[in-house]
Amino acid sequence: MADRHPAPDTPELRARWGQFDWSADNAVLAKAIIARYPAGRQRSAVMPLLDLAQRQVGAAEQTQGWLPLPVIEFVARTLAMPVIRVLEVATFYTMYNIAPVGRFHVQVCGTTPCQLRGSDDIMAACKARGLHVGHTTGDGLFTLTEVECMGNCASAPMVQINDDNYEDLSAESITHILDELAAGRQPKTGSQAPGRHTVEPLGGPTTLRAMVSENHDYRGEW
Amino acid sequence: MTLADKDRIFTNLYGYQRWNLPAARLRGDWDNTKALLERGRDAIIQEVKDSGLRGRGGAGFPTGLKWSFMPKEARDGRPSFLVINADESEPGSCKDREIIRHDPHKLIEGALVAGFAMGARAAYIYIRGEYIREAETLFAAVQEAYDAGLIGRNACRSGYDFDVFVHRGAGAYICGEETAMIESLEGKKGQPRLKPPFPAGAGLYGCPTTVNNVESIAVAPTILRRGAAWFSSFGRDNNKGTKLFQISGHVNTPCVVEEAMGIPFSELIDKHCGGIRGGRDNLLAVIPGGSSVPLVPADQIWDAPMDFDGLRALESGLGTAAVIVMDKSTDIVRAIARLSYFYKHESCGQCTPCREGTGWMWRVMERLRTGDAALEEIDMLQAVTKQVEGHTICALGDAAAWPIQGLIRHFRPEIERRIADNQREAAE
Repeated sequence: MADRHPAPDTPELRARWGQFDWSADNAVLAKAIIARYPAGRQRSAVMPLLDLAQRQVGAAEQTQGWLPLPVIEFVARTLAMPVIRVLEVATFYTMYNIAPVGRFHVQVCGTTPCQLRGSDDIMAACKARGLHVGHTTGDGLFTLTEVECMGNCASAPMVQINDDNYEDLSAESITHILDELAAGRQPKTGSQAPGRHTVEPLGGPTTLRAMVSENHDYRGEW
Repeated sequence: MTLADKDRIFTNLYGYQRWNLPAARLRGDWDNTKALLERGRDAIIQEVKDSGLRGRGGAGFPTGLKWSFMPKEARDGRPSFLVINADESEPGSCKDREIIRHDPHKLIEGALVAGFAMGARAAYIYIRGEYIREAETLFAAVQEAYDAGLIGRNACRSGYDFDVFVHRGAGAYICGEETAMIESLEGKKGQPRLKPPFPAGAGLYGCPTTVNNVESIAVAPTILRRGAAWFSSFGRDNNKGTKLFQISGHVNTPCVVEEAMGIPFSELIDKHCGGIRGGRDNLLAVIPGGSSVPLVPADQIWDAPMDFDGLRALESGLGTAAVIVMDKSTDIVRAIARLSYFYKHESCGQCTPCREGTGWMWRVMERLRTGDAALEEIDMLQAVTKQVEGHTICALGDAAAWPIQGLIRHFRPEIERRIADNQREAAE
């Protein structure tokens, strides 16, 4: 099991987040999310609502966001669930941050397919730039985490930073990406290998070449 | 025989063209889907059965047969559900991501066809939480399909009402197990359920449910359009059709590619991946089906047909066709120990043999990696893997055991050498 420890419940935390409520936009979204599930099954919405709440906290804090205990209690009230049932969901699923994180959550994949393609170098480049696993940099910009397989194995090694993936990385390209983010610029997402579109073989596809330049309809050849 | 581009199902696999509805229609998706549905439930299931399609999520259970387990009539007013497993998290697997972000309408059309065939009132697509941009595409594609009247009330003007909902996970590998996925959809921790009852009897919200992989569902409309005979003309008996292969690790050009089932490993690597890094002689071993299946040494894999039975004959498996290639520069014990760490991290904690065993196995693997162990511990580790395997509610315990068993089976001399080296150094 993953080792995870929620941030402690303190009076300061209560003072900061005790009055948490949806923003106007998120109130509309929350209603639409609950409507995806059958009547009486609103508990199914707990995962998307925790995600929405984490994002709202992040927007307020200028970070990726996390789930303070009062916010978890708010979600429990919204869905008429016991708090422990929401807390156990928040602690079970690793994408819910149960302690504060930085503005950019740098999640380096370290599982075997990425390891074979050089994730050690990516981790070393992050460390060389002052990032340390499990910690947030002093300026509050970067939190570094080693994560398990992210499903980008054919374009490994990769990192996910907040909502975007950066694939086919090298020590140089990850350093460049971190520099750009620190400078407030958005680096190119996806594959960092020059000339690679997505997951076709580097150098150009070996199949379906007609698709490169036009939306080819193969039905005429059936 | 080479698979021709015209026989590839996922023509926009690399996303050179747009994923949206107008572009997908030009490629042939949603082309008179009403006529597919008019064939009737039994005819659709029979066609999928005849095609020989086996589930693409790893276990390889015949898809048409699975659909036929669903109740014909809604008994006691309970609706039926289709749950589509897009929780792709098996290390090495990265095919469903390409379907979702580049060809989502194949999946949504497949959801309607499959849902209709099994009498489901709705489909829930459970997509792993880390696929954030992919989920955005999927949400947008589902909305397009609603707006065009393809799903929802009177879907495709067939008279059939069918909803499609997207549900995002939040970073738990175990939710790829079908009953854990159902628990998660119900708003709980993703801890697998004991079977029976099987989901076809009591699944999501206690209602009849079928859980299918993204690729299994997304190929269904093309199979119906081109016929079972077309699909089953590829591959060997019991291993029919085309398949998305995902090749990662030490090849010159890793990629995802659709090929005929049973393509020899050598052809897959040489044709699409630019060969093994450093040449064929530099190949050490291959994990042919995602992290759960045992590795196969270089000399056994080279000519092997890449399908369910071909790899089972090598005491491994096709799994999700996630081919992890390792050349001779690989620290093979570390590569497998890292997988042990993965399973330790992802164990849901419900069953004691898995919760305690995965951590124990990882710690021993870490010592074997450096040679800081006694020779007898190799057999002890082997014995513990056998005590975990088959003694847990779900297959995560088995999946944690098999890579280690494969390592001991094929690389025992390497482990022994490290122990001997370590003992010699300690003596000096």
